[in-house]
Amino acid sequence: MTREERIAYLKSEVEKRILILDGAMGTMIQSYKLGEEDYRGERFKDHPHDLKGNNDLLVLTQPDIIREIHGAYFEVGADVVETNTFNAQVISQADYHLEDASYEMNVAAARLAREAADIWSAKTPERPRLVAGAIGPTNRTASISPDVNDPGFRNVDFDTLVAAYADQTRGLIEGGSDLILIETVFDTLNAKAAGFAVRQVFDELGVALPIMISGTITDLSGRNLSGQTPEAFWYSMRHLEPFSIGLNCSFGADQLRPAVAEIAAVADAWVSAYPNAGLPNEMGEYDESPEMMAALLESWAKDGLLNLVGGCCGTTPEHIKAIAEAVAPFAPRKLPTPEHKLRLSGLEPFVAG
Amino acid sequence: MTSNAATNFIMIGERTNVTGSAKFRKLIEADDYPAALEVARQQVENGAAIIDINMDEGMLDSEKAMKTFLNLIAAEPDISRVPVMIDSSKWSVIETGLKCCQGKAIVNSISMKEGEEPFLEQARKVRRYGAAVVVMAFDETGQAETADRKFEICKRAYKLLTEKVGFPPEDIIFDPNIFAVATGIEEHAGYGVAFIEGTRRIKENLPYCHVSGGVSNLSFSFRGNEQVREAMHSVFLYHAIQAGMDMGIVNAGQLAVYDDIEPELRELVEDVILNRRDDATDRLLEAAERYKGGGAKKKEQDLAWREKPVEERLTHALVNGIASFIEEDTEEARAKAERPLHVIEGPLMTGMNVVGDLFGAGKMFLPQVVKSARVMKQAVAYLMPYMEKEKEELGLTDAPSNGKILLATVKGDVHDIGKNIVGVVLQCNNYEVIDLGVMVPAQKILDEARERKVDIIGLSGLITPSLDEMCHVAAEMEREGFEAPLLIGGATTSRVHTAVKISPNYQRSQAIYVTDASRAVGVVSSLMSPEERPRTIQRIRDDYINLAESHARGREQKARISIAQARDKGLKLDWSDYQPPKPSFLGTKLFANYDLAELAGYIDWTPFFQAWELKGQFPRILDDEKYGEAARSLYEDAQAMLKQMIAENWVQANGVVGFWPANAIGDDIELYTDDSRGTRRAMLHTLRQQIAKQSSRPNLALSDYVAPKEGGPADYVGAFAVTAGIGEDDVAARFERANDDYSKIMVKALADRLAEAFAERLHQKVRQELWGYAPDEALDNEGLIAENYQGIRPAPGYPAQPDHTEKGTVFDLLDAKKQIGVTLTESYAMWPGAAVSGLYFAHPEARYFGVGKIGRDQVEDYAVRKGWSVEEAERWLAPLLNYDPAAVDVAAA
Repeated sequence: MTREERIAYLKSEVEKRILILDGAMGTMIQSYKLGEEDYRGERFKDHPHDLKGNNDLLVLTQPDIIREIHGAYFEVGADVVETNTFNAQVISQADYHLEDASYEMNVAAARLAREAADIWSAKTPERPRLVAGAIGPTNRTASISPDVNDPGFRNVDFDTLVAAYADQTRGLIEGGSDLILIETVFDTLNAKAAGFAVRQVFDELGVALPIMISGTITDLSGRNLSGQTPEAFWYSMRHLEPFSIGLNCSFGADQLRPAVAEIAAVADAWVSAYPNAGLPNEMGEYDESPEMMAALLESWAKDGLLNLVGGCCGTTPEHIKAIAEAVAPFAPRKLPTPEHKLRLSGLEPFVAG
Repeated sequence: MTSNAATNFIMIGERTNVTGSAKFRKLIEADDYPAALEVARQQVENGAAIIDINMDEGMLDSEKAMKTFLNLIAAEPDISRVPVMIDSSKWSVIETGLKCCQGKAIVNSISMKEGEEPFLEQARKVRRYGAAVVVMAFDETGQAETADRKFEICKRAYKLLTEKVGFPPEDIIFDPNIFAVATGIEEHAGYGVAFIEGTRRIKENLPYCHVSGGVSNLSFSFRGNEQVREAMHSVFLYHAIQAGMDMGIVNAGQLAVYDDIEPELRELVEDVILNRRDDATDRLLEAAERYKGGGAKKKEQDLAWREKPVEERLTHALVNGIASFIEEDTEEARAKAERPLHVIEGPLMTGMNVVGDLFGAGKMFLPQVVKSARVMKQAVAYLMPYMEKEKEELGLTDAPSNGKILLATVKGDVHDIGKNIVGVVLQCNNYEVIDLGVMVPAQKILDEARERKVDIIGLSGLITPSLDEMCHVAAEMEREGFEAPLLIGGATTSRVHTAVKISPNYQRSQAIYVTDASRAVGVVSSLMSPEERPRTIQRIRDDYINLAESHARGREQKARISIAQARDKGLKLDWSDYQPPKPSFLGTKLFANYDLAELAGYIDWTPFFQAWELKGQFPRILDDEKYGEAARSLYEDAQAMLKQMIAENWVQANGVVGFWPANAIGDDIELYTDDSRGTRRAMLHTLRQQIAKQSSRPNLALSDYVAPKEGGPADYVGAFAVTAGIGEDDVAARFERANDDYSKIMVKALADRLAEAFAERLHQKVRQELWGYAPDEALDNEGLIAENYQGIRPAPGYPAQPDHTEKGTVFDLLDAKKQIGVTLTESYAMWPGAAVSGLYFAHPEARYFGVGKIGRDQVEDYAVRKGWSVEEAERWLAPLLNYDPAAVDVAAA
């Protein structure tokens, strides 16, 4: 099956049922209890800086683990898995002095996910599996000053972000991604730079993959870190004509629901959601069980909020399995046809006309 | 228009425009951005739905000014809540602005002045940056003045944008040019009508688009006469809006209400705008003199809060992030207070607490809180000179600070508001604060702390991964021999986490959870007092130990599943395509008097140093700053003695290995005398994890690694016992007699290591030859220590099978007492002590694990299997019980 055929399948399938995304990568990696040596592997054994915790590096040093995790999610019914590339761009990898390896990480990560997807597509030919090349927010914010005394200061700018994201996007496409997922958007300007870069690379390569966008809510005000409301966030992203828009991470499904509902009400794109397994408890662990989480998401599906659903921090294949079973009986959300109005945004939405 | 509010007309604030506002231009030229921000804020307060920002002034670096202003606005939530219009005639300035906007902005403007190609190129870029666009009615031949030209140009642009660029029509805003009327030049008289008529045709023929314009151009010839200008704007808008104009750049604070305009003036103005009389301009000019100086009544922002008492004003300023009055209010509070510090501790902290509460309740969000912190800093900065002066008066000028505190947000985390507030409050209390900022790696924290000789270190973090990083920093502080107390704060941190996870990592001093900034001063001051410090630390340590224990109890108790459920969730290996390897022999094999020199190469030295209470990994510990010297000298002595031990055969090493046909029955493993599997040789009992795992990971028991009797293939299990302690006691006694405690401890420690090394070596032999399932394995000693091999050798009494009594079965199988001279005490300890025994499992999936706490149901079941009473079982398994047996008995009685 070619990429074009898979994309066509995705676009028709999303109208028929709620599609299943994967769950947490980090939580699964943690369960392997990898040490510094495992992260380094043979190739980086003499790297002069600590590498433990650089999960994106594992696609180069522990490919079997990453492939196995992808496989575990496909096995429980994920239609789409995300590549393990949340921080695989030069800005974040600079923390580990691995800027030079970041492009390769994207290619390798997409290949691993591709391999797992192809295996499962072969096992269940009636259900082809897809790979979403994941683009994270980086560890810097283009809208917020890191210095409270100098609010006009920025430690990263749009052009730097575009260059980093463009490089990452090329790698993800080269490795065989079917979609591009701009995720865990805490600063909308970062995401706009990512979208700019993705579209630019599409032009450059003469391709057009579906774009998924997923923001994150950072506190109980229901806004993202840079202060936007969910609706304002959608208006800031809508020009990318994404395949889907939604939210991930943030809180558990319980607290995330109002924000997803806000987007679902206005977005003329498919709505995705992959919340955490509850709020972290006082030990920093996520302890919402698969059953609890599935029950919450089932009610979302019942109320017609969902087109794509999965899990973020703390979720496991068991969570995804439970979620997939819970949402299966329900029809996917229908696309609204919004009126032709001028829809702008600052931190808040503005609609006129 | 009958009122400003009753219409859908969108007012775009125009005061933040250097070409339209001399005041704003001067502020920008003077780099007075705080005042420039106030201008923007007033626009929004006055109802501007969008603010127009224009920095096109020859003397300015327009790109830089645009970037600076937009970045500053981003930090002002009550301004940045509305969208911006990026206004420039220079494309480079527009592009710079677009790169600073997280929201969806409007670009003002592009046009076909330079032809179609540049127009299309810019339109595509605008779309990619995600903005709406204003298109001027301007083409290659110039600006459109008549209604026909206005319409024709806009129609052409609309077609290009919607058909060639794919621009959504609702994102297109036409500006059909508002020109000045009543200039005295005859051709200008029709400009008002041309705009209104052009607008009508645009809106009728080009679906979904919008029409906007810069309204103040219209009254250009009445500059200085605000009343007439306002009347002209109102009247013009009244008619243009009816024709379809739906947004305009106006001074939102200065717009007369159409119905409120004096009727005579309104009629004169209407004549001009609608071009109803040839003498309209003259008549208005004449009348204008009479209205001159009348001025518009200034719209005042709501300053009612200024009437309140100073304490409330300070809270209001902090909550709303208003800096304008903070100095005068702070001064007023200072004048009332006994000491300047009291202003901070009193009204300002009260205000910040309100901010904290609102933030916690989701009624404020992060950028607002950041602003509050900034206002707080300004107030504190204002008070600083007074506090300095007070110190001078009290003769404390040269007094050292109360203490040095290092603050940092840990690696991977960018959140620092709480940390900054803590820093401010501590500084206010005369502590020297060294703030390393955000995303600070552990090493940097330690290096700086050492170099600057800080008294206390404070870590902050908001996201969950920061919790692990804090544990790491604490462990590093322990390792590098720090003594400074460690404060922990930030949103995801908690007293429980600090007690359970961080505190054990830092036993040299104490990790202390600090709820919030208001608590920080109290904690810090008690830590800085030489008398109170030990007491405080002891109190916190006791408290945390209790907390950790009760947490462990609470957690363990509630997180168990039944043994039946646990068995369901056991590891279900697929035995159908696994052929268990057969050992090279069945029964036992003795390795007497094993070569000590060979074993020396298998020693894992890290536990050796631990035995001497030198904590750290070998060989790194030899270079450890604190322990290095002691470790090196110890290591030298150990090497010398080891050499002698080997050369003079101080101790003898004996080992025995055995293999038996085996299969699992439930949680037990049945061993047979021979491969016919007809006669049972022994039964090994194992315990199963009952922890409620939320993940898909299985609840393990050792029996899971052996093929089941029912339906499984023929499998095998091994056992071993080794010692390197035969003769150990005599040597130790010799040293004791010579009063050489050092050598006595040393020889025992080395014998222990040799026994462990023997176990390691034998296991290797088992894998490579005796069981032989990994003949090609090639691991160096580090690889062995890291257990990078297939199969495990768990020892009874250790986490995977915590029941020591199983050693009895192992010793019986191996006939260990007779073969190697090791006996079991009544509590199943091995004698001599330098001995190791255990089982061998070969399955590739076999891993070490801990059984953890178990429930009464498993204890009862295990008792039956072992042939014990429940009481006996509870006695042997006491440390494992997830319940209090006494309490169960009482409940049953």
